[in-house]
Amino acid sequence: MWAIELPPFVPFFIAALFAAVTRGWLRSTILLLAPVLGGLHLMTMPEGIYWQTSFLGYELTPYKVDSLSLIFGYAFHIAAFIATLYALHVKDNVQQVAAPLYAGSAMGAVFAGDLLTLFVFWELLALTSVFLIWARRTSRSYFAGIRYLIIQVLSGVILLIGLLFHAADTGSLAFGAIGTGSLGGWLIFLAFGIKCAFPFLHTWLTDAYPEATPTGTVFLSAFTTKVAVYALARAYPGTEMLVYIGAAMACFPIFFAVIENDLRRVLAYSLINQVGFMVVGIGIGTALSINGAVSHAFNDIIFKGLLFMTMGAVLHMTGRINGSDLGGLYKTMPRTTLFCIVGAASISAFPLFSGFVSKSMVMSAAIEEGYDWVWLMLLFSAAGVFHHAGIKIPYFAFFAHDSGIRVSDPPINMQLAMFIAAALCVTIGVYPSMLYSLLPYDTSYNPYDATHILAQTQLLFFSALAFVWLNLRNMYPPELRSTNLDVDWVYRRLCPTIIQGFVARLAVIGELNNALVHKIGALSPTLARQFGPDGALSSTHPVGSMVKWVIILLAVYLMLSFI
Amino acid sequence: MSNPDIKHDQIHDDRVYFFDKPRNVKILMRVFYALCALLVVLDFVINRYTYHPWENLWAFYPIYGFIGCVVLVVIAKWMRTFLMRDEDYYDKPEERRLHEISHARSVEEDHHVGH
Repeated sequence: MWAIELPPFVPFFIAALFAAVTRGWLRSTILLLAPVLGGLHLMTMPEGIYWQTSFLGYELTPYKVDSLSLIFGYAFHIAAFIATLYALHVKDNVQQVAAPLYAGSAMGAVFAGDLLTLFVFWELLALTSVFLIWARRTSRSYFAGIRYLIIQVLSGVILLIGLLFHAADTGSLAFGAIGTGSLGGWLIFLAFGIKCAFPFLHTWLTDAYPEATPTGTVFLSAFTTKVAVYALARAYPGTEMLVYIGAAMACFPIFFAVIENDLRRVLAYSLINQVGFMVVGIGIGTALSINGAVSHAFNDIIFKGLLFMTMGAVLHMTGRINGSDLGGLYKTMPRTTLFCIVGAASISAFPLFSGFVSKSMVMSAAIEEGYDWVWLMLLFSAAGVFHHAGIKIPYFAFFAHDSGIRVSDPPINMQLAMFIAAALCVTIGVYPSMLYSLLPYDTSYNPYDATHILAQTQLLFFSALAFVWLNLRNMYPPELRSTNLDVDWVYRRLCPTIIQGFVARLAVIGELNNALVHKIGALSPTLARQFGPDGALSSTHPVGSMVKWVIILLAVYLMLSFI
Repeated sequence: MSNPDIKHDQIHDDRVYFFDKPRNVKILMRVFYALCALLVVLDFVINRYTYHPWENLWAFYPIYGFIGCVVLVVIAKWMRTFLMRDEDYYDKPEERRLHEISHARSVEEDHHVGH
């Protein structure tokens, strides 16, 4: 039956179509039904290929299900449901249509069995998500959206060039293990790397995500980077370079996060840090590490979404998001505070919260495979995560000095969405076997032994002690209204300045040229008369006269041929 | 957690909340310090298996966590000396550009209307 084999992106695209023309409770119902029905349907799908077609002699597989795509599919359906519920009060048509299209594109990319289908959804991810940034309707979000779109589309174009090389090499477009053995492989790796926010390619994320709407960022945080993680896990497992790239990703953003004032930008840096753990897991390439990477992606989608939701709630209610403007909100937003603390505990990998059961897998795999220095870096960044995401976010928003702002908890749909995410964080943390049963490999991993629990708790408590000590000694950097330069300075300031300088130089050359023409004119009036603006040799001829001469020449040629 | 630049004067709210009482903060901090101490003591009680020789060092995880975070903050503070700019560092040229675009457009429209 055709309905059984409906690809998972279809319900979302249909919902987007209806969302454009309906309003009120009807639209809310349709938007919520898409992830619910899609998710239930996905649970009945056994692994296999459901749609195969042929295009220009290449075999295309737009819909393929296996254990790796399935777990990402589940996570995306959960994220789509929670984020849609969170955004239910939004009246803006642009956002309500763009969001399901964006979620659907992510589904399409994850269930793509060939590279061309992946490319199509890869670009759709960019085109649909940018509207969630522009929907903020500020000049900042306008420019951030344009920069985001340029970089995302560039990633897609590189993917397209890479897949053409790859297809020429191998004669197949199948989306499986690719490896960095060829030029095509490298280009595809680079394309995935841009979307995955590799170091130096990461600024689109920290630039654009904090400028999106309060609800839009919740969608953005769930899909784009996780699709890239999925793509890396499928095409480049065990690529050793990923271990070092991932370790760098896990470490460098935490320094920026500590001095950043915009709390949603702090979370954006923290997002790169968490993706770093996943990239390390993919790079190590053992069954345990891939399981760790995938389960951490699953958990991150939920707890990072939860943290972005709590900060979105703060922005929605107070209109502010800078740490320097906030503080003391726990007094009147007790539920949001509680949800934020659950999210913070999960991302920090406290025992009994979801981050703990997945992050420890990657770290165990790193030490088992002999990556000692990488393990130390991951340990450092695990402590650092607690420092900036675990303590800084809740502390500066809800506690710290009292800003005097008194706002209530956000609308009920936002609270409900945060509650579901928080409940999932705790449930997965307490019953990790639920998550483990979905993983692509069978490994009997138990995170809850005395060694792990004690080590992780010690690490976190003494990170907190460091925070307290630094605060008491006034050594903790205060929240300041500021912009911190990152790699995006190169294309936002350096290149424009160089180009402006270059244009100014050209203008000077042009003036010199004019002066030279006048000089020549003065030197030789005859030449000037011939070549000057009104000179005989500078005159232009109409096309008609040229046609006339062509006809005459052809006629002469014809006559000559008769002679 | 005490902060010297506390500004209570903006609050127009008579209710006294949990952390407004210094006594509560003090109790919370004492509990926290006690837990930290307990965790170090547990290191000797619980017989851990280790993967790596460094883990056998005395109180490896507590010391690594504490020093790691202090180093993190010190380096991050130092980074501010050369990375920090005004809040509107990027905004000014962008807004000027937006103004130019919209200005050019309005001139063009006037032009069309004039014809």
